[in-house]
Amino acid sequence: MASIKILEQKCIGCKKCISGCPFGAIAVEGEGKARKAVILDSCTLCGACVDYCKFAAIELTKDDVCHEDISKYQGVWVYCEQYRGELRNVGLELLSQARRIADLLGTDVTAVVVGGAIADQATALIAYGADKVIYVEDERLTDLNDLIYTDVLTMLVKKYLPSIILLGATGFGRSLAPRVAARLKTGLTADCTKLDADIEKGLLLQTRPAFGGNLMATIITPNHRPQMATVRPRVFSPLTPDFNRQGQIIRETAPALTDQAAQILEMIESSGGVNIGEADILISVGKGIGNVKNIELAQELATLLGGSVAVSRPLVDCGWMPYLHQVGQTGKTVAPRLYIACGISGAIQHLAGIAADKVVAINTDPEAPIFKRADYGIVGDCVEFLEAMIAEVKAKNIHAL
Amino acid sequence: MKIIVCVKQVPATNEVRMDPVTNTIIREGVESIINPFDTYALEEAIRLQERFGAEIATISMGIPSVSAVLRETVALGSSQACLLSDRAFAGADTLATAYALAKGIDKIGAFDLIICGKMATDGDTAQVGPMLAEELDIPHLTDISAIEECADGFLICRKQTDDGYARVKVALPALITVTKEINVPRLPSISGLLRGNDSEIPVYSVADVNADTSQTGLSGSPTQVVKTFVPTSTVSGEMLQGSNSEKAAALLQRLAAEKIVSE
Repeated sequence: MASIKILEQKCIGCKKCISGCPFGAIAVEGEGKARKAVILDSCTLCGACVDYCKFAAIELTKDDVCHEDISKYQGVWVYCEQYRGELRNVGLELLSQARRIADLLGTDVTAVVVGGAIADQATALIAYGADKVIYVEDERLTDLNDLIYTDVLTMLVKKYLPSIILLGATGFGRSLAPRVAARLKTGLTADCTKLDADIEKGLLLQTRPAFGGNLMATIITPNHRPQMATVRPRVFSPLTPDFNRQGQIIRETAPALTDQAAQILEMIESSGGVNIGEADILISVGKGIGNVKNIELAQELATLLGGSVAVSRPLVDCGWMPYLHQVGQTGKTVAPRLYIACGISGAIQHLAGIAADKVVAINTDPEAPIFKRADYGIVGDCVEFLEAMIAEVKAKNIHAL
Repeated sequence: MKIIVCVKQVPATNEVRMDPVTNTIIREGVESIINPFDTYALEEAIRLQERFGAEIATISMGIPSVSAVLRETVALGSSQACLLSDRAFAGADTLATAYALAKGIDKIGAFDLIICGKMATDGDTAQVGPMLAEELDIPHLTDISAIEECADGFLICRKQTDDGYARVKVALPALITVTKEINVPRLPSISGLLRGNDSEIPVYSVADVNADTSQTGLSGSPTQVVKTFVPTSTVSGEMLQGSNSEKAAALLQRLAAEKIVSE
């Protein structure tokens, strides 16, 4: 069993470790020479304190148990999600990362796609960076049923033994990935914002925000395979497709799909099929918009620029917009090229959902936290500013590139 | 009908304040609460109880003080609350957590439905629900915003999807994770609070639930944190000046220079 202990002969009771513990799980007790650090119950064995101690007085013992021969696992996979025969962009974004990591590790990239009618997507996946495409096409896979897809994906993993699998953290991916990881008894890191490789050890380095984004953690899966990670849509960009690239396309057959424990009766698409996670330009509205009618101004600007309207949580709570438009920790992570925050103060939970290239903030309060995240700030009433923007965009016939 | 609700204790705020000089965490006065999403899970269990006469059990894993959260669930209507607490559970990632909860649930006994919040507000992974369902070998549905029908051995649920909603039928026993759209949680009654305060919460060790310590805690966690660091903020924004039209023009000019918009 893993354990952590304070080496009493080395500890001088300096308290430096206390400030390095993200969980408040270290105290210093005793007087004079007997003053020593003590590990409390709330310790999660995260090991953050170990580096903080200048005297090497904290010892974390992990049992590195290797359950199987992990060297037979090779290659980087991207699970490319599709919906109704169309690839979701996140799979293409992940192919660019898979390509980079595979090149670092000297291995190849395989795109895996599963669905009802998807065979004609295979060549595009080669163009976006895959060396191989494995696809499973079966009309029984038309619905995105996580349980059936788990059977298919685990069957493929057991046959081909990939070392790394990247999946998009869509709603579906966030249900499929943990189910697959649990069946394979391997590690899964959610919502990575950075991926890299430890070339020497052949490991995937998975970085994600911890504690609401004020701390980042780099996570590895040293002794289990495959190493699995999910990434939110729009965090990375796809490669420029090269349709001259050559690759191998392999068709696999679905296993006996007996599991009908869950059955999709009906799909109801939301009005206009809005997916703020896929939008290039978002006009995002918070309490500062004043009243529900003013949201139409944001909609008008969004339409002019070919974007969509998003909102912060209070507007969903008071029923002005449906939840699907909510950005933030309890809503969606969005990564548009441009995010215009109108009357949003910028609580940490909201900021956690913004992975935009450029952020514009309009707020009456010059001290609002949103300005710390903004590339361009405008102090003033967002309703008046939206009216001015609409007039300017119309006058100069401005459109999105 | 027997319903099990999984709950987690989380910090009341996920805003970790950093000391700008030493780059370390300021931890004073951070209160612990029940994960907000779990309150919707418990409320939905209570609503099913009111309609169908279900029995509710609640379970958590954590340090001994997590009993306080379980007492809150008793105050609201859980008739059987238990805590998994042991040093051998510490340092668990989502897989080791799912394993431990599955062992605890085996100890509770037969059930028809497990309800979890869609995620916890401290880790935000949303992984434990589906992993727990896999450990228990039962189906799962994530992001449920309404239970439309609960009848003879199945549920019909409304599930939020990337493109809207789906209506999904699932055979029981099953696990669902719920969103905040599903209900408005109630507050406990005075008599409930008294019942909660008086309740003894059984604490189970690794041995009590027959868990294999190579699968619990840090030892049972395939993922390991190798480094934590403070992200560097690179944004140094420009404040635009002038009248609203001047600011709008200035902004559009800059967005054009960055090739986001064009005339």
